Amino acid sequence: MEIDFGFVLSQALSPFNLLLALTGVVLGTVIGALPGLSATMAIAVLVPFTFTMDPASGLIMLGAIYTGAIYGGAYAAILVNTPGTPSAIATTFDGYPMARRGDGDLAMTLATLASVVGGVVGAVLLMTLSPLLAQVALAFHSSEYFWLAILGLTLVASLSSGNVLKGLIGGAFGFTLSMIGVAVIGGDTRYTFGSSALLGGIDIVAALIGLYCIPVLIDMVARPDRHLEPAPIGRGFRLFEAIGLCAANGFNLVRSSIIGTLVGILPGAGGSIASLVSYSQARQASRHPDRFGKGEPGGLLATESANNATVGGGFIPTLVLGIPGTPPDAVILGALLVQGIRTGPELFTQQSGIVYVFMVGLLIATVMMLPLGLIIGRYAYRFIVNTPKSLLVPLIAFMTVVGSFAIHSNPHDVVVMVSMGVLGWLLSLAGYGPSPIVLGLVLGQIAEQGFMRAYLIGGARGNFGGQLLFDRPISWAIAALILFTLCVPVFKHFRTGRKKPTEVRP
Amino acid sequence: MLLKKLVLFVAAAAFAAFSGAAMAYPDKPVNYIIPFNPGGESDISARLQAPFFKKITGQDLIIQYQAGAGGAQAWSVLNDQPGDGYTIMGTNLPHIVLQPLLQNPGYATDDITNVHMFHFTPDALIVRADSEYETVQDVIDAAKEAPGQLTAGGSATNSANHIANQLFANRTGAELTYIPFTGTGAVIPALLGGEVDMVWSYTTVAAGQGDQVRMLAVAQEERHPLFPDVPTFKDLGIDIVGGAYRGIAVPESTPEDVRKELSDIIGQINADPEFIKQMEEAGFAMLDVPYEEMDDFMANRKKTYEDIARQLGAIQ
Repeated sequence: MEIDFGFVLSQALSPFNLLLALTGVVLGTVIGALPGLSATMAIAVLVPFTFTMDPASGLIMLGAIYTGAIYGGAYAAILVNTPGTPSAIATTFDGYPMARRGDGDLAMTLATLASVVGGVVGAVLLMTLSPLLAQVALAFHSSEYFWLAILGLTLVASLSSGNVLKGLIGGAFGFTLSMIGVAVIGGDTRYTFGSSALLGGIDIVAALIGLYCIPVLIDMVARPDRHLEPAPIGRGFRLFEAIGLCAANGFNLVRSSIIGTLVGILPGAGGSIASLVSYSQARQASRHPDRFGKGEPGGLLATESANNATVGGGFIPTLVLGIPGTPPDAVILGALLVQGIRTGPELFTQQSGIVYVFMVGLLIATVMMLPLGLIIGRYAYRFIVNTPKSLLVPLIAFMTVVGSFAIHSNPHDVVVMVSMGVLGWLLSLAGYGPSPIVLGLVLGQIAEQGFMRAYLIGGARGNFGGQLLFDRPISWAIAALILFTLCVPVFKHFRTGRKKPTEVRP
Repeated sequence: MLLKKLVLFVAAAAFAAFSGAAMAYPDKPVNYIIPFNPGGESDISARLQAPFFKKITGQDLIIQYQAGAGGAQAWSVLNDQPGDGYTIMGTNLPHIVLQPLLQNPGYATDDITNVHMFHFTPDALIVRADSEYETVQDVIDAAKEAPGQLTAGGSATNSANHIANQLFANRTGAELTYIPFTGTGAVIPALLGGEVDMVWSYTTVAAGQGDQVRMLAVAQEERHPLFPDVPTFKDLGIDIVGGAYRGIAVPESTPEDVRKELSDIIGQINADPEFIKQMEEAGFAMLDVPYEEMDDFMANRKKTYEDIARQLGAIQ
């Protein structure tokens, strides 16, 4: 296959396409920053406009919005402890504590740098290794999804900061919430108490907004001090400090970006799992795992690089196999179909011009995120820090309602959001954090369905154990990683305990 | 002079208003609610319809999404919408029959006023390109040798795919173990990756996958123009015709003449050769059930689905 690089570059770098990439990134960032407004929806709304453009330009615009939206999710996570998108759940763990203590400017810059690094890694892997990496999507069967979800759930133990029992109870509660509605496997109606509104289950985004944002809002009203510590005037972007931290976390960034790309390729996973898994691996590899969850830059770098890497990763099965890697990819795939473009192997051979123009465009849009993100992030940070609470609280409260309504244009999701918020606040008074509940809710469905499918297929073939674990080398690897993740802290605890028997931690 | 202009203007305005009233529906953009997420078959077919709707009526068809509970969240509020013909909703079979049969989704099948069914995605039995099963007979033979040991993936429980699997067992005696996945998209990697032996899916899916997959048979009356070499189940002596049907519904307060007018417009779009070409290239199969024939069509489908649902043990 001959690719005319001169043609591809001149197309991707045409002023019109650059303008589209710029607009897309800005628009995407704003949409991603507002909880409830998703990349999927933004892309669906804009798809008709791209029909008037040539396919490559349309794709560049949609890709830019997508990557901008995943990045923008970090804003709300860092500044108001609310993931703007499910991909940013783990960003709240360290981003918000950093902002609370006055390092919000640094956190925003770090998130921008990490997102650009992750996005570039994902896009470069998309351009170079697509056909090979697409096989990952096929190698993952239901049992691997089950183990991957369990790996994500091991984070419950490390997130429950001291009280593992309460973390486990929270995780189990989230798991129960994930079962509400009509079961995909079996078709049973579970825990709906006769309400038809609950048949669809608890919407994850509505629950996220409620569980994370409402307690913060109540807290802001209840406490007299400022929402975030303001940064001293004239400190700038702290770009060099951030670059230094990135350099120190170089290995972490690369590992997280690769995890992000690989998980992005899996059609049943997505940005939330990618960032949770890379967070847990970063924490485990760190020399200071105890600092994670308390404002550790390494945690923020891991999640933000991983979730932006899923953008490039998700396009791999979309373009190579015609299987959408993520929900926004499904919309883009539909748009391609309406324009008469076939994805799959033919796309690379017959219409490779479009594909490569798009990939280069995506890369350019990702790089553009650096200056744009630094500027937009700075304004967003200043706005949240300088706006008086009396304005900020009603504004955010209003946005939570609009955002949860916007998910499916349905008032039911607003009710879910408020109920989960009040519940989350009450539970936080009793010492139960929102994150274990959210992990149970997000990963519960994946774990349950993966297990049930392995059970059904294994049952039909008369080899359940083989189907779930023994005949599946990838499952071995993930299960080993789970064991490792669970045992290392115990091992470390005993070793340090023996070395320094006198040290007593408060 | 000024007075003359004014009189002319008023006359012109009156004429415009009058002729507008005579042309009636639609004289402003129409909201088209899709009860699923964007990117699926319902969305794609609606997007294909939109430009033709504009060509015929001069008005835009504005596509919106209200996904949730497999479509039930939108259908349960359909009749709360204004019945002026400017809010219309996509409807899907077997969904609107099976959901009220199996659980209480907040609406009954008869609450939905379907005005036109315009296409369907025929059920298709699909295997990997390198599969050992070359024909439907190969599958039947293998399944009879080892009942329940072959696995067939599909989208969700008690769905069109699940029904197809049960109908196949009824007509041929070949028992396949049905494995439900979350949506049509998730089934394909399971097929290509070898997790399941075959899948129940649609012609649209086969169209998107090209030569990575092999379709053994389609559940249509006649062969699909895109796949002239693939037999129908009827060709093979197996009486299965069906799939996921898609149409348009209106709130029940919508007047009769608007329902008919809308059905006519959809019928005209359906007759456009360019539209047919685009739909068939994407793998859809055309279908034309206008408003007048809807009651018979629905009664027929309801009977089929109820029988199967009883057999699946989903209802008593």
